[in-house]
Amino acid sequence: MKIHIKNGRLIDPKNKFDGVTDLYLAAGKVAGIGQAPEGFHANREIDASNLVVCPGFIDLAARLREPGYEYLATLESEMQAAVAGGVTSLVCPPDTEPVLDEPGLVEMLKHRAKSLNQAHVYPLGALTQGLAGKVLTEMAELHDAGCIGFAHADAPLIDTTLLMRAMQYAATFGFTVWLRPQDPFLANGGIAHDGEVATRLGLAGIPACAETIALSTIITLMRETGARVHICRLSSRDSVELIRQAKAQGLPITCDISINHAHLCDRDIGYFDANANLIPPLRDQRDRDALRAGLDSGIVDALCSDHTPVDENAKQVPFGEAEAGATGLELLLPLTLKWASENKILLIEALAKITSAPARILGLDAGHLSVGHNADLCLFDPSADWRVVANALKSQGKNTPFLGYAMLGKVHMTLVSGHVVYEA
Amino acid sequence: MTKNPQLSEDGALRHLLTIEGLSAKLLHSILDTAESFVSVGEREVKKVPLLRGKSIFNLFFEPSTRTRTTFEIAAKRLSADVVNLNVSASSQSKGETLLDTVDNLAAMGADMFVVRHAQSGAAHLIARHVAPHIHVINAGDGRHAHPTQGLLDMFTIRRYKQDFTKLKVAVVGDVMHSRVARSEIHALTTLGVPEVRVIAPRTLLPKGVESLGVHVYNDMAQGLKDVDVVMMLRLQNERMSGPFLPSAQEYFKYYGLTAEKLQIAKPDAIVMHPGPMNRGVEIDSSVADGGQAVILPQVTFGIAVRMAVMSLLAGT
Repeated sequence: MKIHIKNGRLIDPKNKFDGVTDLYLAAGKVAGIGQAPEGFHANREIDASNLVVCPGFIDLAARLREPGYEYLATLESEMQAAVAGGVTSLVCPPDTEPVLDEPGLVEMLKHRAKSLNQAHVYPLGALTQGLAGKVLTEMAELHDAGCIGFAHADAPLIDTTLLMRAMQYAATFGFTVWLRPQDPFLANGGIAHDGEVATRLGLAGIPACAETIALSTIITLMRETGARVHICRLSSRDSVELIRQAKAQGLPITCDISINHAHLCDRDIGYFDANANLIPPLRDQRDRDALRAGLDSGIVDALCSDHTPVDENAKQVPFGEAEAGATGLELLLPLTLKWASENKILLIEALAKITSAPARILGLDAGHLSVGHNADLCLFDPSADWRVVANALKSQGKNTPFLGYAMLGKVHMTLVSGHVVYEA
Repeated sequence: MTKNPQLSEDGALRHLLTIEGLSAKLLHSILDTAESFVSVGEREVKKVPLLRGKSIFNLFFEPSTRTRTTFEIAAKRLSADVVNLNVSASSQSKGETLLDTVDNLAAMGADMFVVRHAQSGAAHLIARHVAPHIHVINAGDGRHAHPTQGLLDMFTIRRYKQDFTKLKVAVVGDVMHSRVARSEIHALTTLGVPEVRVIAPRTLLPKGVESLGVHVYNDMAQGLKDVDVVMMLRLQNERMSGPFLPSAQEYFKYYGLTAEKLQIAKPDAIVMHPGPMNRGVEIDSSVADGGQAVILPQVTFGIAVRMAVMSLLAGT
């Protein structure tokens, strides 16, 4: 299949290119940029006038709910949501049922995902067996089976000695450890940011120090063990400062924030909107502003969807009993664009946060468009407006605090390995 | 989500979920209506026909004696049919969801739900869910709100002190876990009380409590100075010894209201408590039974206030 994409505005953050040019794809790879390779005869011509053509997005956190939670979402529904959102590679956390702690499970997931021929799936293996925080998993075996790193998802890791050993063991093989910092004792029983809104609504609080204390521990253990760590979904301003210091000291640390935390704060809980029940909790406006500024300055490396489809019934309960999480794959692009336009960020720099930056964190040859390399790309209309309503989403999860919001930017077409996998 | 869920399009009270966001005018009109109902309780025949033919469901997901009983009496004095449901013991244990329970009771012809639930926001959830003709009264949701308690406290203060705008009021005790405290604070600030204080050890004050418009004191001697009203809060048994407090004895010594500490307040200060009291923990018996306590009148007025709320809601 040879494809000629013409007249589009090609934006490739990694190659620092932004301009109208044609793109030629052949055999799943980029065959030419600006100029057709010799003897190129396209099977299909795609007119990308007024569209942005960019590398497919790489989402560092998307729960596909398989295996185990198929009633919430299936691999089919969520992979369709991914490509409808322009996401061509995604990382899924290990908190499935059963937990991704055995090579066989990882191989099965990879195989299932591959057979759907849509986005590339990169599972994170569990750091401890059953995510119980007691026994290490067979990380080397899991890596061979396809795990791109090792995480503890949102399961508590109470034993600091075990955390240190897990980091040492991962560092032995050069694996990256993915951690969402949260002190389990300080967070215990909490459901909202410990601040004025929680006080007013009478919701049990999770203090910001639950995050910074755990993050300080992780950074200290990085010095001790030499492990490379990716910090998942920061929520507080003091954490941004800790990351800045750690990076200034040359520690191999990277981090991401979710689209929810880039735009919302605890006030968005409103009158107990269960869709705003998220992990970590939405913090206050100053925290949100610091996260956004960190994303701009590069202290925060990447933006992710933190896609977590939740059954409608699990949100139709009092706020504190609601299952946490929000659907996000299809909102990753418009919310990245929204941040860019609000913070006056160039489009090429904003797109870096969901293409080249996550690729660098993952150590993947992806997130760029270069001749001879894989052709994962997305065509989107930056000025198309749409409204977030349930039937506008392909994901089985319709739960998002952005329900009813107007969005700017819509995916027109997604290609994975040179094949069209989604067309609007 | 910005629309106040307890008001109808024209600004009338459709549900009573929280005092926050209600106008002083509305609060006074509820209190005025309650005044007219006080006399009903003093008559030989304690009944008016205002809610005849209406079905009121007391939906209690948490145990309660006093609040449920006063709501029941209030509804009966208004001639409504009252059904009491202690849900924690029945459907919830069978796995039925909160909204399923509500739907089933609505199908039985409920006109009004009086709801108590351990989770903050439960009454909001129900109010958002029910058909437009059904009214919801929050009888306590988690730590969030207990608006009829707040109103009956205001009724009591108005009875004894008349003008809210000249008062200093202290709310004493476990503010962090108290829905009563939150409703009292919103009511007091809305009605124009110039100085609302909270007095508690730091472990029992929620973060940023100042943002509710209160002055924070950690010391009874300073906090009670010159106050006109002392509003005590109940200390739950499970909080008396653990991470919040070392012991009930130490709490009583430093934060319990004794006759000696009450002398720091104005000589004509009144003492209130939402009940049930822990004598010897947050309040000494000599104060609870003393001349400045208005704790039993609070209970009596609670019936009139609940009658007022029910009749106002049914009229919208």
